[in-house]
Amino acid sequence: MPHLLEVHNLTTAFTGDYGTHTTVDHIDFYVDQGEVVCIVGESGCGKSVTSLSIMGLLGRGGAVTDGSVFFAGKNILSMTEQELDRIRGNELTMIFQDPLTSLNPLFTIGNQITESIRAHTDLTRKEAKERAVDLLAQVGMPEAQEAMKKYPHTLSGGMRQRAMIAMALSCDPKLLIADEPTTALDVTIQAQIMGLLNQLRRERNMSMILITHDIGLVANMADRVLVMYAGQIIEEGNADELFANPRHPYTKALLNTVPSIRDSADRKLQAIPGMVPERYDDIAGCRFADRCPHRTGACDGPQLLYSFGKGQAARCVVAANGHDRGETP
Amino acid sequence: MKKNRIDEKNKKPPGTDLAGESYLHMVFRRFRRHHLAAVSLIVLGVIVCAALLSPVIAPYEPNEIAGPFAQAPSRDFWLGTDQIGRDMFSRLLYATRISLLVGVMATAISTVIGVLLGLVAGYFGGLADMIIMRFTDMVMSFPYILLVLVAAAIFRPGLWNIILILGFVDWPGIARLVRGNVLGLRETNFVKGSLVAGMPLRHILFSEILPNTVAPILVYATSVLALSILDEAALSFLGQGVQPPTASLGNMLNGAQSLTVLTKQPWLWLPPGLVIVCIVIAINFIGDALRDALDPNGGR
Repeated sequence: MPHLLEVHNLTTAFTGDYGTHTTVDHIDFYVDQGEVVCIVGESGCGKSVTSLSIMGLLGRGGAVTDGSVFFAGKNILSMTEQELDRIRGNELTMIFQDPLTSLNPLFTIGNQITESIRAHTDLTRKEAKERAVDLLAQVGMPEAQEAMKKYPHTLSGGMRQRAMIAMALSCDPKLLIADEPTTALDVTIQAQIMGLLNQLRRERNMSMILITHDIGLVANMADRVLVMYAGQIIEEGNADELFANPRHPYTKALLNTVPSIRDSADRKLQAIPGMVPERYDDIAGCRFADRCPHRTGACDGPQLLYSFGKGQAARCVVAANGHDRGETP
Repeated sequence: MKKNRIDEKNKKPPGTDLAGESYLHMVFRRFRRHHLAAVSLIVLGVIVCAALLSPVIAPYEPNEIAGPFAQAPSRDFWLGTDQIGRDMFSRLLYATRISLLVGVMATAISTVIGVLLGLVAGYFGGLADMIIMRFTDMVMSFPYILLVLVAAAIFRPGLWNIILILGFVDWPGIARLVRGNVLGLRETNFVKGSLVAGMPLRHILFSEILPNTVAPILVYATSVLALSILDEAALSFLGQGVQPPTASLGNMLNGAQSLTVLTKQPWLWLPPGLVIVCIVIAINFIGDALRDALDPNGGR
């Protein structure tokens, strides 16, 4: 079966006053029907830019310079705005990290959901309204009928994110890109929203790309995981495999930063020293090398994605060599 | 169910439920706090009503000779008569009507032009932005009154020509204002959200972005209104505006160019001058208060 979404060689660059920077560097991945793919990584490593590139939402100065994005067999990147509008919202949609600013402050949420339904269907205003109420009820909005008449500023963050989800789901999309959907919410609401997304996804057999820097979320939700660092995918694999057997030193370090309830009292959380290099497109070798405890001479050359079997691959020559000899770095 | 809701509302002590109040309510409440603006609104209301009802109120036909010429105010002619014997009070009423019409129409035209150009420039950016904004700068940098005079000289002066001319030179400020707002709004998540939802461009421009710029546009439009009334007066004063016998506040002042009128017959220029001052000040105060009242971050 062909993949629902196939990203080949996607490269996105931003041109500013100081030249052109490649923020997303030759990324390949795919998403199958009904699958949840998580993209993890620190801030500034290209996660959001990847999703914006797929949606065709790069702002001024940003452009996809190479690669292709096939959605249901059609290349999104070569579509006109009109063709894109037919797909966006209908089959492919996205929710943003900040529900506070994702709704127009001047209109009731009922109005906004109804508008987005009517943009894609031939429903009358009344039918669209009924559908909107229905959707709000599905996303767990209490008193959906009443909530239709509310303005965004009268709703709490969690309720606003629910409204956003209702809007995103208004046309039964096949793929939902959730860009850090719970970052702005507190932990209990976060759990509720993720539970809701998971349930809705199952009911509708919808695929999802979840972008986050919260490893805990990834473990809960993901079928497959892509770890991004400095514009590259540095490790990918099935969630279980990857958590049990992280190959890339960065993935390991990332997992080490997470506290566990089984930790002994004196375990110190390990931070990863340093930060994501700012102009990472100039680095010829491994982009993580400067922060990596296992650095060797081989790290200065370009790094390939080395396969470790079972769909797992990592962009680390040290890990690959160690794997051949049956040891881990 | 409905009855219940009303009961619940009544239970709350008045004035405590600020969150539940609608935006318009809040605007109205905050507007009332500006006493000057409230008074201005009343003054402007009286002037506008008088202007609208001038055929009913005016004791004489504005363009007909009704009595002796250049007579000081009397019981028959409340504001006296002009040099050819027309009743000044009737003329003043009709003149106010014309001046307000010019102001409102010119403002409407320039607002429409400014909003459209600002929206296009701000939203699409790039070349469109460059061309539109440079054109805006160009129009702004012309000596204003000269431009209007030249235009008035080319197209024969007359009521509708004045309206069009003023309308076509007053828009740059609004265009800039709208563009600046749109630049910010196009990056907001709700605009991106509607893009993601596959909303048509028309919807994004006019149903998402435009409503969010209405408040500043409204405030700016009040100052354009005041300005275009002044401009009409200036233009008519110089004889390039509304042409006699039609009365406008500006061409009524025209008479004051003669020294005898200025020194000996103040009833010929004082009333229209005062009406202009009142209208412009009232509009400016109202604009000021509107700016405060419409500001969503203004608190309370």
